[in-house]
Amino acid sequence: MAAGLATWLPFARAAAVGWLPLAQQPLPPAPGVKTSRGDEVLVVNVSGRRFETWKNTLDRYPDTLLGSSEKEFFYDADSGEYFFDRDPDMFRHVLNFYRTGRLHCPRQECIQAFDEELAFYGLVPELVGDCCLEEYRDRKKENAERLAEDEEAEQAGDGPALPAGSSLRQRLWRAFENPHTSTAALVFYYVTGFFIAVSVIANVVETIPCRGAARRSSREQPCGERFPQAFFCMDTACVLIFTGEYLLRLFAAPSRCRFLRSVMSLIDVVAILPYYIGLLVPKNDDVSGAFVTLRVFRVFRIFKFSRHSQGLRILGYTLKSCASELGFLLFSLTMAIIIFATVMFYAEKGTNKTNFTSIPAAFWYTIVTMTTLGYGDMVPSTIAGKIFGSICSLSGVLVIALPVPVIVSNFSRIYHQNQRADKRRAQQKVRLARIRLAKSGTTNAFLQYKQNGGLEDSSSGEEQALCVRTRSAFEQQHHHLLHCLEKTTCHEFTDELTFSQALGAVSPGGRTSRSTSVSSQPMGHGSLLSSCCPRRAKRRAIRLANSAASVSRGSMQELDMLAGLRRSPAPQSRSSLNAKPHDSLDLNCDSRDFVAAIISIPTPPANTPDESQPSSPGGGSRAGSTLRNSSLGTPCLFPETVKISSL
Amino acid sequence: MNFRIVFSNSGKNNGDSVEDELEMATVRHRPEALELLEAQSKFTKKELQILYRGFKNECPSGVVNEETFKEIYSQFFPQGDSTTYAHFLFNAFDTDHNGAVSFEDFIKGLSILLRGTVQEKLNWAFNLYDINKDGYITKEEMLDIMKAIYDMMGKCTYPVLKEDAPRQHVETFFQKMDKNKDGVVTIDEFIESCQKDENIMRSMQLFENVI
Repeated sequence: MAAGLATWLPFARAAAVGWLPLAQQPLPPAPGVKTSRGDEVLVVNVSGRRFETWKNTLDRYPDTLLGSSEKEFFYDADSGEYFFDRDPDMFRHVLNFYRTGRLHCPRQECIQAFDEELAFYGLVPELVGDCCLEEYRDRKKENAERLAEDEEAEQAGDGPALPAGSSLRQRLWRAFENPHTSTAALVFYYVTGFFIAVSVIANVVETIPCRGAARRSSREQPCGERFPQAFFCMDTACVLIFTGEYLLRLFAAPSRCRFLRSVMSLIDVVAILPYYIGLLVPKNDDVSGAFVTLRVFRVFRIFKFSRHSQGLRILGYTLKSCASELGFLLFSLTMAIIIFATVMFYAEKGTNKTNFTSIPAAFWYTIVTMTTLGYGDMVPSTIAGKIFGSICSLSGVLVIALPVPVIVSNFSRIYHQNQRADKRRAQQKVRLARIRLAKSGTTNAFLQYKQNGGLEDSSSGEEQALCVRTRSAFEQQHHHLLHCLEKTTCHEFTDELTFSQALGAVSPGGRTSRSTSVSSQPMGHGSLLSSCCPRRAKRRAIRLANSAASVSRGSMQELDMLAGLRRSPAPQSRSSLNAKPHDSLDLNCDSRDFVAAIISIPTPPANTPDESQPSSPGGGSRAGSTLRNSSLGTPCLFPETVKISSL
Repeated sequence: MNFRIVFSNSGKNNGDSVEDELEMATVRHRPEALELLEAQSKFTKKELQILYRGFKNECPSGVVNEETFKEIYSQFFPQGDSTTYAHFLFNAFDTDHNGAVSFEDFIKGLSILLRGTVQEKLNWAFNLYDINKDGYITKEEMLDIMKAIYDMMGKCTYPVLKEDAPRQHVETFFQKMDKNKDGVVTIDEFIESCQKDENIMRSMQLFENVI
């Protein structure tokens, strides 16, 4: 159990006062545990290491924990020192702040831990000195980015986390965003990918010149004009699929405006619009020219692949995040081009039949030279031109080479982040599983404790100690709390197995119950009394039944075996429970179907007044035949064991 | 209660959201002095020290907000969903309704619950049930509270939790508490009815040895 939980336990228990007026049964008494909460305070020590400093030093910063009266809470009068249960290494830095006025950031410590220490001692991160500020900020930013990614990944991509009652829209959207959630989504994903590929290939193949089988025309036609119907059909099919997909996405999107404005949806629209425009436009010549250019936009369909490829998305994201560097690159290139083009133009102006007809014409030469392409369609012929041409090509290498590493490093950072995100998602699943395990551990501990009949009052301490494993003080109190909740609501905690069994048994068992009520009177002792909730057989009762006692001490396997035993006489016993309960005590708890079968044991009762009903608060009818309630449920084997023993 | 904004950017108040965020993040709440708290509550100095140390360890900023509150509370009831009840509890503890429970609020609440008189405890419980704090507990409010409590049990209960179990419980409660049958329970009816119920009276002493 986390240390933090122990701190809050008193609060949780105090809050249980809120249940008291609602409880229909008397609540169990508290465990008589004297909590000794670490009162033994070591002195001025931060976890054992003694730091000594003048009070004035600390008083320099009255806005912090150490500088204000808040530290009195940590004062231990016996040893005369202040004790903090924190990291002594980190405390060194905190104390140095008081001494020197500068807060330094330790290089080898985790930045999160450092932040927590600062928060505890009341120091603000802005107090970090200039010498360490850069590094501190960088590391914090990295951390924050990583955490944000985590959250995003969690929200975006958990398969099993979809709430059960989600609408069609939500499920559809999830299927679109994350194709691995269901088989249908995966199929859809691959189908759309296939059609994108088909469409792009058709676009490409359309333009290849293919020769007809019969060499009628000497002119070679592109395939698109030879087989117009085929290509038209293929195009139609693809566009239909894309339109359908787009409309479905639009329907499923949680925020339609945002979806309409997103890049992917724009690409979708641009991919399918030319086709519809082509349908609408009449086939006359002057418009068809414009129409032909529209077909260029069909190539944008290839961008639809970015939904399918994460690498493409990363590339796009990199370019977006490097926008400033790219802008700088462009700007410096433009400057250089203009300068060199002008120079080359004037250098080559003298020669006749020169290619450098104007400065804009020289732009082409400059670009080709600076990027070291060198097509050779424009070459300088004068000496001055050649000199400036070589300067141009050398400087081109420099200008281009400068911003490129920045872009590359950005790309690499994002790429690695993505890889880390995948790893972390896998880790996250393990972590969640562990948390779930811990949670169920708590519940199981409580249920186990109940099974062992441990919920006795402390008066029967010694007998209890025999059969119940010792629990820590925290556990005792926590279990007491859960027990109070049970009593307030008149229901008990069970485990999954019993719950599903109970669910199953409600329908069939319930109906056959009433008839066999009389026969169900167990052991013929005492009168049938219904009480609010089925109670557990009391420890003492079980103690009499030796087999039961041994069972309770036994292992889980024994319990299971007995549970198996129980299963055969189950119908009968359940019907016994369903016996007509109500006499004058009309109770409001949900006891219609499951009523306690009373097993009376001729022993004096335990002090817990479990037979009392809310309306008659006389603690338990202490009639000669003491009435005990047994119940089916987690400790459901007990009625059986008692019966067995009594037999 | 003093809220100290240690590093305040309020000088350059240009409505920049970054600075607002900064201000929010650097709020450090320090509680009143130990002697004052000791006078105001029924705890001894030592107990206050222990409580504060734990509290400060968990919440270095000095206040608990509702999210943290719900998380903490849900760790005690792993089987069910305790967020609704934690929400009501939070409102009951947060007496000045500023959205955060400080150490003083905490101590005030605990002092009543653990060391208060029966009257005070019942008062506190009434305050908890009265969601809109108008002095009356209506059936709807009680139903909300009851549902929240039953939610904490979770799904796997024995006997199987019926849909109308909370409602029935509310009916019982009102039968017992609502003396003049006007559909609401006032504080006097509540206290009177509780004092008549021995079970409740007896269980009031239940949690006194918590600290």
